[in-house]
Parts: sequence; structure tokens; C-alpha cells
Amino acid sequence: MRYGAGPEVLRDISMELAAGSFHFLTGPSGAGKTSLLKLMYLAERPSRGLISLFGRDIATTPRRELPALRRKIGVVFQDFRLIEHLSAFDNVALPLRVAGLAEEQIREHVTELLRWVGLADKLNARPATLSGGQQQRVAIARAVIGRPSLLLADEPTGNVDDEMALRLLRLFEEMNKLGTTLVIATHNEALVTRFGHARLHLENGEITQLRARERQMV
Amino acid sequence: MLGRRLDIPLNRDSSVRFLPWIIALMVYLAGLALAGTLVLQGALERWNTSLAGTLTVQLPPAKPGGTDPLPAALNLLRATRGVISAEALTRDQTAKLIAPWLGTALSPEELALPRLVDLRVDPRAAPDLADLRTRLAAAAPGALLDDHRLWLDRLAGVVLSIEATALAIVLLIGGAAVLTVVFTTRAGLAVHHAVVEVLHLIGARDGYIAGQFQRQALALALRGGLLGLLLTVATLLGIGHAGAATALFGERVRLLPALALAPWHWLLLAVLPLFASLIAMLTARVTVLRALKRMP
Repeated sequence: MRYGAGPEVLRDISMELAAGSFHFLTGPSGAGKTSLLKLMYLAERPSRGLISLFGRDIATTPRRELPALRRKIGVVFQDFRLIEHLSAFDNVALPLRVAGLAEEQIREHVTELLRWVGLADKLNARPATLSGGQQQRVAIARAVIGRPSLLLADEPTGNVDDEMALRLLRLFEEMNKLGTTLVIATHNEALVTRFGHARLHLENGEITQLRARERQMV
Repeated sequence: MLGRRLDIPLNRDSSVRFLPWIIALMVYLAGLALAGTLVLQGALERWNTSLAGTLTVQLPPAKPGGTDPLPAALNLLRATRGVISAEALTRDQTAKLIAPWLGTALSPEELALPRLVDLRVDPRAAPDLADLRTRLAAAAPGALLDDHRLWLDRLAGVVLSIEATALAIVLLIGGAAVLTVVFTTRAGLAVHHAVVEVLHLIGARDGYIAGQFQRQALALALRGGLLGLLLTVATLLGIGHAGAATALFGERVRLLPALALAPWHWLLLAVLPLFASLIAMLTARVTVLRALKRMP
């Protein structure tokens, strides 16, 4: 793919993620990790090549059917992209509201999840009043609230301390056990090593796939 | 529909402050143009009905020593099928007609005034005017038959051109309103691009996002439209009041025309802000949907 008339950011990438798999996406800065994720969460279209999601060729899927596919994908953006004028609660509730869920269910699910990520007392707080780590947890909660089939996270542990990073990774593992496919872009080698899941390594626009190793004892 | 929460903070944009005023101004101008058209149309219809069935015959003044053509003309007119009555105006009545222009100092005898015959005809079985003119000219040479058609036709032409201008003004105002909403909606899309993109990426349908913009546009346009309507009504009542104040000689002469608006005219004016709001809402929706189509 390329942005506008610029150089190709990614090329000759061929990979397949099995349903229910857990991958870390690693690589140096500027290798194209975010671009690869953007292709996967349908924010960009490839300039050439084929992307198939949930068994559907994206290029031939009618535009009106894409929102339904997007709802199966949870995304933790690198810059969180929380909506500033909405409270933490409303930010997390957004995917459910967009999907048309009843307000009662929304209240129950969102409150429970925010409690789980340690933000029970921040339900009504605006993102601007939250710390970087707290914002990141809101962003993660928003990504997972709709129980997506595919969760894509761009540096989801970049702003939290080690303990919270472990806690969030465990949340991801729990989701993975329930069937969610995960791709987590990270620079945190320690986490990659610790959890030992398969790794997609991106360098010079090319990808290498490394198999999962035995999980190291923590 | 208007009370629903906005995921996109559109109600904090600067456009929120000026859009209602622009819409108010547009509804006001359109309202005045519409009211003017309705008043003129009403006046034309009244003239038409009051003049339908009336004709005037003008006879040259009798020459000294000559025969008076009046009795012959009256006989002919009264014998014509379709004529209900034919009454000659007395000299005093004729003098009264010209008094506003010439004053009362001159006696009618000193002036060679034409004699006028007021003719009432059955509008459903009006006589053949061309035939009547020929026969009248034979019986009373120099007689003129005036059916007011020329005057009414010219008046109708003027009214029609004024109405066409008013309609063009209303259409231009509508076009300007549409452009204003397009620009404010695009500005909103640009300012809130990040939020719109997040909504798009978490699976919001285009209609969901457009709904936020259209609700906002509807609310703002309604607010502005009602204000514009209020101004229109106030202005019309003001003109009506001023018109009544200029009435001279009882109600016979007015410097300003009476604003004769029927109840359904007021209803039409009341629909104007609703119509403007509907246009604003649809414009916002179409603008957003078209912009979203460019997103992957």
C-alpha cells in the first residue's frame, strides 16, 4: 500500500491469521506496523493486493456491508482517539450505541468493564482529565466492549506501568480464550518474550512470521 | 429527535451561533416576498370580480343644436340580450367623478363632458362585444365601449411580473440557504473529522453519522425559522397598522394598501420556517453522506 502518490509503505506482504490466534506485531519504528493495522481495520484500502476478512474479499464487499464487518473488529489506536467532549463512560459506550443496543444493557456492560480496568470512579470523567494510562485503558475498554472477533491494538501498553500492562495483556488473553483473534503491535520486547505468542515481524516492508514459543514462566 | 445526544460536539461550533440568524433573515425575506405576492394576487382577484360584468359606454358630448345620441344608445343597449341594466350617469355624477382633478369651481355645463353609461351585463351570458360595438357606432356615432379589459390586462401583467420577481427572490433565498447549510456542514465535517473517523471505524453507518449533522441543522434552522416568522408577522402587522393609520375619508382612500391576508395565507407563511428547516436538514444529510462516501 501507499499513501497518496508517496512511496509504497508495505509491499509483498502475504499472511494469514487463523481465527482465534494471538500475534504480536513487532518491528522498528516506521516499519509500517500502523499501516498494516490500518489495512486490517479498514481505515485504508490497499493500492493493490487482496485483503480477506472473516472470509470476505474486502474489495468486492459492498460499502453498506462494511459497518457490520467493522463492528466485529475492535481497535486500540496508538493515540487512543477518545472523543474529548464525551465522558469515559460515553466513549466506551459508543460502539454499543452505534450498534443500536438498548441503553440499559449499555449501562450494565460499560460500568462493569470500566470497573474491571480500574476506572470505576472515572465514569463521568472527560478524557482530558485522565492520565495517559487511564486514557489508554478507556481506549482499550472501548475496543473490547463489543466483544469483537478481531482485536487490533497499536502499542496498547505504551503508557501504563508494568503491572497494568500485565493486567491488560491478561485481559487480551482472556478474550483470546473466548475466541477473539488478536494482533498487538508493540515495542515491548519484555512482554513479547514473557507471553510467548506468535510474532509477526515487520521490517523493510516485509513480514516474517515466527511461531509461538513456550510461554516463559513468570 | 432533537433531544438526542450528540456524539459529535456540533453544538459547540461557531456556526451554531450564526446559522439561526442567517436562516431567520432568509425566512424573513422570503416571508415578505410571499406576503407581497399573496396581497397582490388577492387585490387582482378582487378587481377582476368587481369589474367582471360591468362595462362603460362613453358618448361624445351632444353638439349644440344636434341630436342627443343618448336615448338611441340607451334603447339599443337595453334591448341587447345579456344586458341587465344600462343607466346614464347624470351630469352631477359625472362632475363628481372629475372633481378630484378639476375641483368644483367649473360647472359641468361649461365643459364638453362626455356622457357615461354604466352598463351591467350577465357575466354568464355576456353579449358579443364586437357586435355590440358595431351596432353602437351605427346608433350613436363616436360612442366608445370600454370593458376595462385593457386596463385589467395591463394590471395583471404588472402583478404577474412582480410575482415572478418575488418567486425568483424566494428561490434565490432558498438557494442561498442551501449553500449556507452546505458550507456549515462541510466546516463541521472538517472540524470534527477525527470524531467522524472514529465513529466510522467503530462501525457507525453513514446514516448514523449523517443523523447527528441533520438533527443539529434541523434544530438550528427551526430556531432561526421561527425567529424569521416572528419578524415577518411583526412587519406585516406593522404595515397593516400603518396602512390603517393613513386611511383618509373613512376607508375610501389609503396611502398604503390594506394587507388583506386570508387565514390560509397566514398558514402558508407559518409553513415557511418548517419548509426551511426541512431543506436545511436534507441538505445537511446529503452533504454528509456525500462526504462519507469518500471514506473507505
